[in-house]
Amino acid sequence: MTTLHAVEMTINGQSYRADIEARMTLADFIRHSCGLTGTHVGCEHGVCGACTLKVDGRAVRSCTMYAVQADGASVTTVEGLAQPDGTLHPVQQAFTDCNGLQCGFCTPGMQMTIAAYLEENPDPTEREIRELISGNICRCTGYQGIVRAALDAAQKLREAR
Amino acid sequence: MLASLPDAKILAGGQSLGPMLNFRYLMPENLIDLNRVSELQGLSRLPDGATRIGAMTRQYQLEQDAALHREIPIFREALRWVGHYATRNRGTIGGSLSHLDPAAELPGICALLDAELGVQSAAGRRTMSIHDWPVGFMQANIGEDELLTDIVVRPWTQPHGFSFLEMSRRHGDFAIAGVACLLAVNAQSKIEKVAVSVVGVSNGAARLRQAEQALIGAAYTDDLIRGASQEIEQLEAPADAHHSGDFRKRTAKTLFCRAVQNAYEDAIKRRPAQ
Repeated sequence: MTTLHAVEMTINGQSYRADIEARMTLADFIRHSCGLTGTHVGCEHGVCGACTLKVDGRAVRSCTMYAVQADGASVTTVEGLAQPDGTLHPVQQAFTDCNGLQCGFCTPGMQMTIAAYLEENPDPTEREIRELISGNICRCTGYQGIVRAALDAAQKLREAR
Repeated sequence: MLASLPDAKILAGGQSLGPMLNFRYLMPENLIDLNRVSELQGLSRLPDGATRIGAMTRQYQLEQDAALHREIPIFREALRWVGHYATRNRGTIGGSLSHLDPAAELPGICALLDAELGVQSAAGRRTMSIHDWPVGFMQANIGEDELLTDIVVRPWTQPHGFSFLEMSRRHGDFAIAGVACLLAVNAQSKIEKVAVSVVGVSNGAARLRQAEQALIGAAYTDDLIRGASQEIEQLEAPADAHHSGDFRKRTAKTLFCRAVQNAYEDAIKRRPAQ
């Protein structure tokens, strides 16, 4: 027996609706039903952080949340981070400037985590950043560039205020 | 719904149940999602000064609540160790208590504070002490048709020091062991009141009563603390692929000594000037 549920949500300012099974994760909904493949799915059990995005302003893992739970929510994915004209978000720019990525698989989750956190804590210490991204696994960079990028982005965001 | 639906599981924040479902570790026929039940969310103050925490209050809400931080600062200290930033945005205190992972921090903090838990079913409501809550490995004292609705915690009224220490392989991983301590001193710098709980080395939410008794009324010495830490030897610590039960206990004993020392020094600092 498969019951379908009508789900509607705003993703990066655009409205999406679909009839889906209750068991569909938010990550699968965004990738398969909406075609937004910027959100990456790594471990699918809430450990690697690659699928992190924002739901109603807060960073969450989209592999451990069901799409029906986000019915009516406002979602931001990595595709919604840059300006509509293509100008990168300061976090994205800092990743480029500080070599914060290599293969790019963890990058969307890293950037969504860091962007959300900097809104709450605009002046973090290096230790706080390391604690923050302990929930996001990167197998290429050794994290040094990512930590530098997060601190660099924090500074640029503070200066822009 | 819990009483009438076959094979139903409660979905709280989904940060433990979600992964278990993804692994097909559990395949319940029905999931009851509490995420839109607003009555179960948030903190409120009771007339006697206690704080009532709704079971669906998210861990980040506890972390950010200014009044809770003022009255029971060890909450925020322990919450830093609960999962990760993004999981705390979903994870709830009620979910953490009901899942009852032996290494979970929040059951330990609730045990430290002698929390009272409210449990409800279609038949009515009952309350119980956190100390009656764990009945086995990841097993809470709750019926299949019952739901944990709220947690009541009371702050210590006298000035006191606190410490929460944890050891894990990576920050945010399951703890090898963790120790929480609240401690108050008298004018002679002797230990007047103390509470210590451990996580990772038992079925969760364990208080160290013998150790507390050994410390109360005593003057602080390293030997006294080391002696008191021996109670941990009696616990049945779970073993896994990474850590034996003995290693967990040794870790817990070291953390115990450091946490009591930290809390003692903190208590001396916070003691009102005479």
